[in-house]
Amino acid sequence: MTFAENKNSSYQFMLGNHAIVEGAIAAGCRYFAGYPITPASEISERISDRLPEVGGKFIQMEDELGSIYSVIGASLAGVKSMTATASAGYDYMQEGIEFAVATETPLVIVDVMRLRGAEQATQADIMQVRWAAAGDHEMIVLAPSSVQELFDYTIEAFNLSETYRNPVVVLSEMTLSLMRERVKIRDPSQIRIVNRKHPKVSPEEFIPFLGEPDGVPPMAKFGEGYNVLYTINPHDKRGMITGDMEEYDQLYKRITGKITRSINDIVKYQTYYLDDADIAVIAYGSESRSALEAVRKAREEGIKAGLLKLVTVWPFHEALIRSVAERVKKIVVPEMNLGRYVNEIERASECKTKVLSLPLNKGRMHTSGEILHGIKM
Amino acid sequence: MFCPGCACGQIMNNFLYAIDDLGLDPNKIVTIGGVGCTARIPAYLNMDTIHGIHGRTLAFATGVKLANPQLTVVILTGDGDVAAIGGNHLIQAARRNLDVTLIVNNNGSYAMTGGQVSPVTPFGASTTTTTRGNIETPFDLCKLVEAAGGTYISRWTTVHSAQLTNAIKEGILHRGFSFIEVVGQCPTIYGRYVLKLREPVDNIKWLKENSVTKAQAEKMKTEELEGKVIIGNFVKKNLPTLNDRYEALESRVKSG
Repeated sequence: MTFAENKNSSYQFMLGNHAIVEGAIAAGCRYFAGYPITPASEISERISDRLPEVGGKFIQMEDELGSIYSVIGASLAGVKSMTATASAGYDYMQEGIEFAVATETPLVIVDVMRLRGAEQATQADIMQVRWAAAGDHEMIVLAPSSVQELFDYTIEAFNLSETYRNPVVVLSEMTLSLMRERVKIRDPSQIRIVNRKHPKVSPEEFIPFLGEPDGVPPMAKFGEGYNVLYTINPHDKRGMITGDMEEYDQLYKRITGKITRSINDIVKYQTYYLDDADIAVIAYGSESRSALEAVRKAREEGIKAGLLKLVTVWPFHEALIRSVAERVKKIVVPEMNLGRYVNEIERASECKTKVLSLPLNKGRMHTSGEILHGIKM
Repeated sequence: MFCPGCACGQIMNNFLYAIDDLGLDPNKIVTIGGVGCTARIPAYLNMDTIHGIHGRTLAFATGVKLANPQLTVVILTGDGDVAAIGGNHLIQAARRNLDVTLIVNNNGSYAMTGGQVSPVTPFGASTTTTTRGNIETPFDLCKLVEAAGGTYISRWTTVHSAQLTNAIKEGILHRGFSFIEVVGQCPTIYGRYVLKLREPVDNIKWLKENSVTKAQAEKMKTEELEGKVIIGNFVKKNLPTLNDRYEALESRVKSG
C-alpha cells in the first residue's frame, strides 16, 4: 500500500474514492473491472492494489463496455463484482444494466457524477442514473453525503444487489469522491453481509426464473451443473428464449415487482427537525450537508424548518414524500442541476403543498445561506 | 431457427463432436453468444450460457474466466459481432492471451438483419448497404488475431468437417487465446445475393472449390488468390495466459 494509514486504529482519514474501495472489499467484492475516468480513477487505482491482497481479481478493461460486461460475467461465475465510472462512462454501460436487469445479475456500479467534459461538481445525472437504460426496469440508487457514507453505502449496495438480484448504483459526486474525511472502518464482525440465495434443489428440478415465493429466484453459479441460459431476450421461467408475450409480461412484472413491492424495506432516509416542521427541505447527496446547516440556522431564527435527507433516491418513495407534503406548508428542494428530482417531489405531493425548486448548475454545492434564503422565500 | 442449408447447424455439431470426443464435462463449460444467427448456437445448448448482447462476448468471457479459471469458456458468434462492434474486445482478449476459445462463423455479411456489409465482406460485393459494390477492404481475421497476440489460430470451412472438429478440440485444449475462423455458407444471403448461388449444395461446392491450403497459396499469383479461402492451422504458440500472469502477481503480493 502506498497510502499512509494508521494500522492501529479503526478510524482513518481517507479519500472518498478509497472509502468506496474499502467498503466493497468489506462487503466481499472480489472482482473489479474499470476504465480510467475522472473523478473515479482513484477507485480503480486503489482496488487494483487491494484485490490481489485479498484473493480477488482486478482488470483495467479497454472501455466501459468491457468493464460492465466483464463484471456481469464474473458475477454469473459466482463472484461479487463492481465497476466504477462517471457520468459519460455510465452512458456506455446502459445495455449492460439492461442485461443485468433482465438476467437478474447482482451487480454494483459506482457512478461519480461530474459535469460533461469538465471536472466540476454536479447532481445533473440524478435522472440518467435511473432512466438511461432501455426497457422496463427498476434501479436501486444510494446517494451518500460523506466519506463515511461512501464506505457504509457501498456495503449496503452489495447487500441490496444480492438480496434483490438487481443492479445497484452508489451515486457519488465529484466533491465527495475527492475529499478526505474521517471514516470508521468497521470491524468485519460488525458488518452485516448478505449473499445471494442458492438453489436448494438439484439442477434437474430447478426452474431458474420461477422466483417463488418472494419474486427473487435463487441463483447458482457457473460450473455447478445448473446450466442456466442467461439471455437479455424475452425468456420463460426456464430461461429459454420465447415469443410468448404473456410470459414476457409476467417476467417483467416479477422483475420490477421485486423492487416496487419491497419499497419500504429498500428505501432508507434520515429526518432532522422534521416532526413539527412547517417547511421541509428535501435533499440528497452533498446538498444535504448544506441543507442541514440551513435548517439549523432557520431554527435559530425561530423558523420551524426540517430536513428529509434521502439515503435511497431510487426507487422513489411516493408515500413518504406525500406524507411530508401533507404536514408542511412548503417543500424546498435544493439540487446541483436545473431542477430534476424536484419534479418527482412535485408529482408525489399531489398539490398538497407548495414545492420550491432551488436549482444551481454552477459546479458547486449550495451554501447553507442560499438554502436558508429559499426556506424564507 | 437456422435457415435450411445454414452453416450454423454444422458448426454446432462440430462443437458438440469436439467436446464429446474430448470427454469434457458439459457442466464445466460456459458458452457465450452475441447477437446474430451464429450467436444463437449457445442458446440451444444445455450448458451455462450468456447470450444476447451484440459485440461483448469477449468482455463477458474475461470476467467469467478471471472469476473462475476452472471453467472452459467457448464463444460462438459471427463476423459482425466479433470484428465490427466487438473488434476492440477481440484484439484486447487476444493481446491478453485470455484462455478461451472463440469460434467465428465468417459468412460474409450481417445475415440475421438481412445482409448488410460487414468487416469481412469482400471488396466489390453487393450487399443491402453496398448496393453498388463494397468499397472497403475486408479483414483477414486470422492475421488480425495473430498480430494482436492470439496463440492458436486456424481457419477451416464447413466442408472440412473433420479438420474443423479437430481444430476446435485443439483450440479448447490449447492454453491461451484460441481462434477458429469457420468460413460458412449462407445460402439465404451471401450465397443468393453475392455468389448468385441459391442452393445450399452449390454453396458448399463453392467452398470446396475455392479453398486452398497455405502451401498451395504460396505458389499462386495474387490474381489467382482473389476470392480464395486459405485454410489450415496457422499458429500454435505456448505463452503465459492472463490467468497465469495474474497468479504470478498474486504470488508476488503474498510473498510481500
